[in-house]
Amino acid sequence: MSLNSAPYTGWGRVLSADAGRARPEKTAALQRHLAETPGPALGGLRSYGDAALSGLRAAVDMTRLDRMLAFDPQTGVLEAEAGVRLSDILEHMAPRGWMPAVMPGTGRVTLGGAIAADVHGKNHHQMGSFGQHVESIRLLDAEGQARDLSETEGPDLFRATMGGMGLTGVIESAHIRLAPCPSGTVEVQERRIPDLDSYLEAFAASKAPFQVGWIDATATGTALGRGILEEASFSSPGAPFVPPSRASTVPIDAPGFLLAGPVVRAFNNRYYRRVPAAGRTRTRPLAAFLFPLDSISGWNRLYGKRGFHQFQCVLPPDAAPTTLRTMLTEIGSSGLAAPLAVLKRMGPGHAGPLSFPMEGYTLAVDFPNKPAAEALVARLIDQTAEAGGRIYLAKDSLAQARHIEIMYPELDSFRDIIRRADPDGVFETDLARRLALRGTA
Amino acid sequence: MTETWIIIGASSAMARALARASAKRSATLVLCGRDTEDLERDAADLRLRGAMTVDVIAYDTRKPDADAAIVRRAEAIGGAFNVAVFAGSMPPQEAVEADPDLLAGVVQDNFTAAGTLLLRLAPMMEARGAGAIVGVASVAGDRGRLGNYAYGAAKAGFATLLSGLRNRLGRSGVHVVTVKPGFVDTAMTWGLDGMFLVAPPEKVADDILTAVRRKRNVIYTPWFWAGIMGIIRTVPEPIFKKLKI
Repeated sequence: MSLNSAPYTGWGRVLSADAGRARPEKTAALQRHLAETPGPALGGLRSYGDAALSGLRAAVDMTRLDRMLAFDPQTGVLEAEAGVRLSDILEHMAPRGWMPAVMPGTGRVTLGGAIAADVHGKNHHQMGSFGQHVESIRLLDAEGQARDLSETEGPDLFRATMGGMGLTGVIESAHIRLAPCPSGTVEVQERRIPDLDSYLEAFAASKAPFQVGWIDATATGTALGRGILEEASFSSPGAPFVPPSRASTVPIDAPGFLLAGPVVRAFNNRYYRRVPAAGRTRTRPLAAFLFPLDSISGWNRLYGKRGFHQFQCVLPPDAAPTTLRTMLTEIGSSGLAAPLAVLKRMGPGHAGPLSFPMEGYTLAVDFPNKPAAEALVARLIDQTAEAGGRIYLAKDSLAQARHIEIMYPELDSFRDIIRRADPDGVFETDLARRLALRGTA
Repeated sequence: MTETWIIIGASSAMARALARASAKRSATLVLCGRDTEDLERDAADLRLRGAMTVDVIAYDTRKPDADAAIVRRAEAIGGAFNVAVFAGSMPPQEAVEADPDLLAGVVQDNFTAAGTLLLRLAPMMEARGAGAIVGVASVAGDRGRLGNYAYGAAKAGFATLLSGLRNRLGRSGVHVVTVKPGFVDTAMTWGLDGMFLVAPPEKVADDILTAVRRKRNVIYTPWFWAGIMGIIRTVPEPIFKKLKI
């Protein structure tokens, strides 16, 4: 199959790979291609660093194998090919009263990518991670041979594929259990949170099914950790699903001054005051609430041509208050953060040995790419490891192998499984090489 | 009653996009192509995307008797129907130059097979007095260029046949749209050098459905290819023959 040899990048646009990409449009073509030139799969290229990059072997772009194959309205189980985007599933299933149980912050993620990163959403504390709603998968090995896996059929390999970052093989299709979608709109309550302690208290007290907090990563002193908490629940049944209108496009790489420290600080100040001091409640279309940034296609170009890093960690509940304070103090005084920063509560739910989610609080902050920002993120990663937390492999481009050994206690059993499933390492990605996810042996 | 589309070469990315756009409007779809196992997956997908009914028929441009099943299926349709032809093939020009026997296959895939099928369906469409034919030609057919003149010649033939069919069928209320896509992001162009302004297949499908609705005769898609090809067509032959485009 012909390869596209143009270099490609993750969403952060800092790292790139140029070993080529095949893009089969039929199932048979995919299997033929893997039998001849096996390599790792990639989807919507929404992971930020090198999780989807393959600099040694040609990768397989799965986005044209995006068909929904069967839906059972009795059980809510949907079978679909790995390349289908979650927004596509939502658009066609919501009018039937169903939706993917877990939705990350962008609907442009593919089903295969959502499984491989075991993604989480604004409802993680109640619904767990994406992989916990996967009934079975069809996984292709290095010869292009298909194997159906589930909790009962090859459970070790099945679980290792949930959050396994694509290292176990190519996910061709999956059966997922959808969740009821009672309404096409949600009631979103927004309120200002004045500081970090109040934030953690507000999360602990919240009973809302969807929770997400914007955090002002430039705030310092008594305002440290201030932000806007969004709590949402479904509107009363009956409101129709409104598909998002066509996204506007960012046509060029934005100039650097847009993200200079003082500009971001001024922006964040206004953004914080956007919500009235007394708070407010709005009815919002479901898709617009779930995927706030999808209305701007290519928003990553706003970070300029050098790209950006996203630091995302999760910290255990006991360590979170002090570690978050240390991190936010350092981030706030650095003047390096972008406006996009998120704080969320996380429940214990996860599906595989390399899954990111664990009980605690997760912080995500964007940094336009420059040497000082890379040094800062490296320190934040160290602090995460010391606090017994984890960084999210789907976002990372700066961690080192030693961090992962500390952060992921099930790494050794994961290594055993992928060494058996892929002895020659044909599905090894740039991420796996950088972090020695297959081990150093 | 909703519209019916018979789609020839239904596995192509442009065809898939057209089928999905029509499924949204509850169309009845007949998918014709070689890999019927794969087309069954498309059929399942299109049903979930809103299509009324979806059938799959085996069709191969190299097997002339493949037409019979499509003609029978068309006969079974009560009223007017639309036909869209996407089937085609584009071997590298150098391959055809090295082995001229390949030319017959290029003509068969891009001209003879589609032309024969449309001629077989034409009387039925005339009798029903409505419906549309969408034929996918190519900007490559507008002028013989160094890079792909064999493919271009076959597509030029197809465009002329479509023009004649338009002349003939328009008299009985059947409209024929000739579609000339520029570079579209499909398996045919994936990884080729020199691609620019590559359009997503969904954009082409949108343009096609708009053209059918507005009864346009010949469309370039995306639209700016009309301008590009306008320039290329006006270059005088003494100059054109020296160009490498």
